[in-house]
Amino acid sequence: MNQAVEHVVPELVELRIPARAEWVALARLAAATVANRLRFSIDEIEDVKLAVAEACAAVIQHEGHGEFIQLNCEALADSMRVRVHDSGRHGVHAGERQRMNFDEARIAGLGIFLIRTLMDEVSYDVHPQLGTDLLMVKRLAGRSE
Amino acid sequence: MNVREAPGECYVVDLSGEIDVYTSPKVKDAIGSLIDRGVYHLVINLEKVRYIDSTGLGVLIGGLKRVREHGGSVNLVCTNPQIKKIFDITGLVKIFGIFESEDAAMKALV
Repeated sequence: MNQAVEHVVPELVELRIPARAEWVALARLAAATVANRLRFSIDEIEDVKLAVAEACAAVIQHEGHGEFIQLNCEALADSMRVRVHDSGRHGVHAGERQRMNFDEARIAGLGIFLIRTLMDEVSYDVHPQLGTDLLMVKRLAGRSE
Repeated sequence: MNVREAPGECYVVDLSGEIDVYTSPKVKDAIGSLIDRGVYHLVINLEKVRYIDSTGLGVLIGGLKRVREHGGSVNLVCTNPQIKKIFDITGLVKIFGIFESEDAAMKALV
């Protein structure tokens, strides 16, 4: 079933969308298409879709986000690597939650919890001048380590 | 989205498609306006929902919080395993009544 994977990797799909809610569905679709190319299961594709959407939503819901969200989806032999870049001065990191009211912070926390639960690796890379990267990895079951 | 009156001072909200950061505000407004009118017992039918994210969950949680202040309740109808999984991993199965059918959800309303 995974035989086709060797023929498609490594591949990189890059997408730049306006940092507005109506464009998040496109980011989801792009991520799902790459995950499907890697022969992830339906469950795993849904995980990737949701994680990417949560990352985009987190950017959009923070004050000071950039005009665009850059999504990079990299298909590797044993995993999918996703980078969500916000060029704004503020990103998806814990300190930002102080600007939200309690309910907003609770929902943002839920989104970050989902990302951490659904993906195998999650990290942030915060550049004061360049913006914030959220890096996520989803490994193909049975192909890691 | 469709809102229906049901027996017993209860309303059913049928949601469909994708409940995400773009569509959630409309759902929030619909549920909020029902509560503003004094409807505190809701069944929210998610059978036709293909996708929900944390903003959608937030709308449901917000609705539940508001109706509980008035002794009300929100029950969900959910048969899609992908959607159920999200309620499971977030622990929301413990705060919402989640049912396989609308009849069961209605009967279980407090």
